Amino acid sequence: MPDLLIELFSEEIPARMQAQAAQDLRRLVTDNLVEAGLTYAHAGAFVTPRRLTLALEGLLDRSPDTREERKGPKVGAPDKAVEGFARGAGVAPADLERRETGKGEVYFAVIQRTGRPAAEIVAEVLEQAIRGFPWPKSMRWGAGTLRWVRPLHRIVCVLTREDGHEIVPLELDGIVAGDVTEGHRFMAPGEIRVTGFDDYAAKLRRAKVLIDPEERAGTIWNDATNLAFASGAEIVEDRALLTEVAGLVEWPVTLMGRIDEGYLDLPPEVLQTSMREHQKFFSVRDPKSGRITRFVTVANRETADDGATILAGNQRVLAARLADAAFFWRNDLTVAREAKMQPWIDNLASVTFHAKLGTEADRTARIAALARELAPAVGADPDAAEQAAKLAKADLTSEMVYEFPELQGIMGQYYAREAGFPDDVATAVAEHYAPLGPSDTVPTAPVSVAVSLAEKIDKLTGFWAIDEKPSGSKDPYALRRAALGVIRILISNDLRVSLLEDRIISKADLLVAENEDGISGPDPDRYGPDLLAFLHDRLKVHLRDEGIRHDVIDACLAMPGNDDLTLLVKRARALGGFLATEDGTNLVQGFKRANNILTQAEEKDGVEYSFGADAKFADTDEERALFAALDAEGPKIEAAMRDEDFAAAMTSLAALRAPIDAFFEGVQVNADTQIVRRNRLNLLSRIRGLCLDVADLTRVEG
Amino acid sequence: MSQPRCFQDIILALQSYWAEAGCAILQPYDMEVGAGTFHPATTLRALGPGHWAAAYVQPSRRPTDGRYGDSPNRWQHYYQFQVIVKPSPPDLQALYLGSLRAIGIDAELHDIRFVEDDWESPTLGAWGLGWEVWCDGMEVSQFTYFQQVGGHDCHPVSGELTYGLERLAMYVLGYDDGNAMPFNPPDAPIPLTYGDVFREAEAQYARWNFDVADTETLLRHFVDAEAEAARILAEPQTDPRTGRHIVMAQPAYDQAIKASHIFNLLDARGVISVTERQAYIGRVRALTRACADAFLATDAGGRAA
Repeated sequence: MPDLLIELFSEEIPARMQAQAAQDLRRLVTDNLVEAGLTYAHAGAFVTPRRLTLALEGLLDRSPDTREERKGPKVGAPDKAVEGFARGAGVAPADLERRETGKGEVYFAVIQRTGRPAAEIVAEVLEQAIRGFPWPKSMRWGAGTLRWVRPLHRIVCVLTREDGHEIVPLELDGIVAGDVTEGHRFMAPGEIRVTGFDDYAAKLRRAKVLIDPEERAGTIWNDATNLAFASGAEIVEDRALLTEVAGLVEWPVTLMGRIDEGYLDLPPEVLQTSMREHQKFFSVRDPKSGRITRFVTVANRETADDGATILAGNQRVLAARLADAAFFWRNDLTVAREAKMQPWIDNLASVTFHAKLGTEADRTARIAALARELAPAVGADPDAAEQAAKLAKADLTSEMVYEFPELQGIMGQYYAREAGFPDDVATAVAEHYAPLGPSDTVPTAPVSVAVSLAEKIDKLTGFWAIDEKPSGSKDPYALRRAALGVIRILISNDLRVSLLEDRIISKADLLVAENEDGISGPDPDRYGPDLLAFLHDRLKVHLRDEGIRHDVIDACLAMPGNDDLTLLVKRARALGGFLATEDGTNLVQGFKRANNILTQAEEKDGVEYSFGADAKFADTDEERALFAALDAEGPKIEAAMRDEDFAAAMTSLAALRAPIDAFFEGVQVNADTQIVRRNRLNLLSRIRGLCLDVADLTRVEG
Repeated sequence: MSQPRCFQDIILALQSYWAEAGCAILQPYDMEVGAGTFHPATTLRALGPGHWAAAYVQPSRRPTDGRYGDSPNRWQHYYQFQVIVKPSPPDLQALYLGSLRAIGIDAELHDIRFVEDDWESPTLGAWGLGWEVWCDGMEVSQFTYFQQVGGHDCHPVSGELTYGLERLAMYVLGYDDGNAMPFNPPDAPIPLTYGDVFREAEAQYARWNFDVADTETLLRHFVDAEAEAARILAEPQTDPRTGRHIVMAQPAYDQAIKASHIFNLLDARGVISVTERQAYIGRVRALTRACADAFLATDAGGRAA
């Protein structure tokens, strides 16, 4: 059985696209080979900046012969029908077989397909894969029409057998597949002839190309940590950067350089961002002082001077970058220390946040008012919250953030400290953007919580007010992220805020409306419920990741007070836990049975059974036991619910399970005597009432 | 080629290298442009089926980059060296690396990398895919395969190279302060630095660009250029005097270039708000689009005979 080697050799593939491209090549080729009957034992995909490689082991030499029979019309059916059938099956009408089926003679088509040699199938599959390759962005070049991520130069496509290798015949827009590739662009230029994957990988390694991105990343990480360790320092870990850098080189050579003394007092975030964004350098930290003192850069070649020229060049470029950064830092510090950041705050009036939602100054005023409003509920000092909110966006007009937008908040924190604002205010300036993603840390300091919540609620309310909600994959203002932020801040800080009841949403609405023309006056009912529904949707997604079923959440959403997300989650978690027990599932069964019987009876009788079940009309032991259990557990459940102790409430509910089961086992609800029947229905209604106080169990599945 | 010693050596080396490689060495376009791409030898010639190979220096102006001549690496007037070859030859990367060798960058000692950087010009309605080329971590060129210009797909595709000459020269010559870099050979009877040549003018233009340029006049000129382009393109394609087929794509395109530069000046004067900005860019794009359409109706643009 042959092995297959494919290499698509091109000009430099963007680093960010490489991993996905290797996977796509593997998927497109293997799926279609298997589809065509050509199975294989093992597949490996590799990628460098200049090549995509796929190696398959143990491919079938040819696809198996197949035979398929199709039953057609009866003999004697109209000619048209018979011809149509034959055409559909791909056989000549004369080749149809007539067979006795017991219900008369019927035409059969026997479709025989002879297997095809691997090379033929591979050529088709690869051509299809190249032409339909799902690059995020592709291009044409020269005078051709082929599309690839960058100009494609060579295709290696060989089948390797014990007795030699075979070039798969394939030509695409003038590129003829062969067995020739090239080594490293600078260190081993020229053609390399290969016979199969092992030969290919070994020859490329000699030609200074490591085809496996994992190996390149591993080498870089190893060398970088060793270099740092040897000078008593450590690398600041950065996975994304490591992957990116491994995608920029075929032969990684790691070099460590110093940062000029003059720049060492820049904030570490500034050094790190400048080095990562502009130069793709790793930061090297002094573990004792925590300061960033050196950098590691990864070159794509060895040189006669052991990288001295390359390192010197990189150091010069970095010095120029840091000179800019230091210039911004000094200018900004002056504004912070001497003017307490006020010029930046003033400048916010000329920064548009959104055409319909005003400037960043307008937005800051809204956030400050809302943060003040929220402060008591989150345990923050209202003055501090308002102060922090007013400073929160100031750094947007600082020079450093203009240059490095990703440092927003972080610079604000430094500047707020320099300006002499209290620590909790400065921290809130940095933290008010958090959490930025589902795994980002949630602020816990009260002032930070107040400003962060206010910032997100203002954003959501504002965009709801102008009706620019996210739809499908379109969420240009990251409103889903803002909603998830609100949810996570409330839940993880155990904050009790009723977004509608406490008029939080409508307060924000009012603020938006006060600020802006064209947004009609405040109307608390206008979109508050719609925004709450959006928050509920995001909450469902969030809780689903936590393993809580959607029907459980629905059962809790249907309860009053669902604008208090913390309460909602407490209830959902308790219910989810309860339903995971046997008692829980059985109780739901019992509840549903009771509810069904009741609903039917109520429909039939046209009354609601909700009152006056009396133990004295009970005439079976099971009935009496159920009365006793309800009398015992009912008050406990009510008390637990008053305390919002859902777990205790559910434990008490669980105690009802056995009596309810026994009741349905031994008692016929529809008794002959009306008094007994009504009494039993009213008894069921007590069960229903108690259960529905805890959650809307009608919405629970199963 | 011996190691270049001054700014003009770099320009001369690039010119002779690309002349050797078969490009027509053109001169700068005689109008104020923001980048070498605006030269009709690139913008218009990238359109249509005709083959083309040209290289030229283009003095370029970005009013907002003015620093009164005080910055070591930013000027409102600077030079780009531009190469365009259509269709892009298969060995364009190798040719490009040869040009680095010609200006003294030895790939045996330096680390040269092609790092993803897609190019887009909203005012030209153009985009392409390519890289910024790094030498030891510094961007020394833009390398782009044009996919669309003036809203039209490019067939064939042009390969475009842009060298930022000041930065490149500073690196090759080893100067951190561009103004201190020698413009002509340091041992010339009258040696001149880059600063000697441009510093005074930088201060004058910075003052004019930022504070003095009359915005009323500029706004009027913008509208005038727009109107003139429309008027030119509305003329019949047959010259009533000679009876010849003459589509005046380039005279109209001159007006588009003017409008684009006036927009940059207005931007530097700080009179264009964020929302207006998009609208102005859209107006310039509409102009270049119309000119691109017109160029395709010329013989040079491959008008169907």
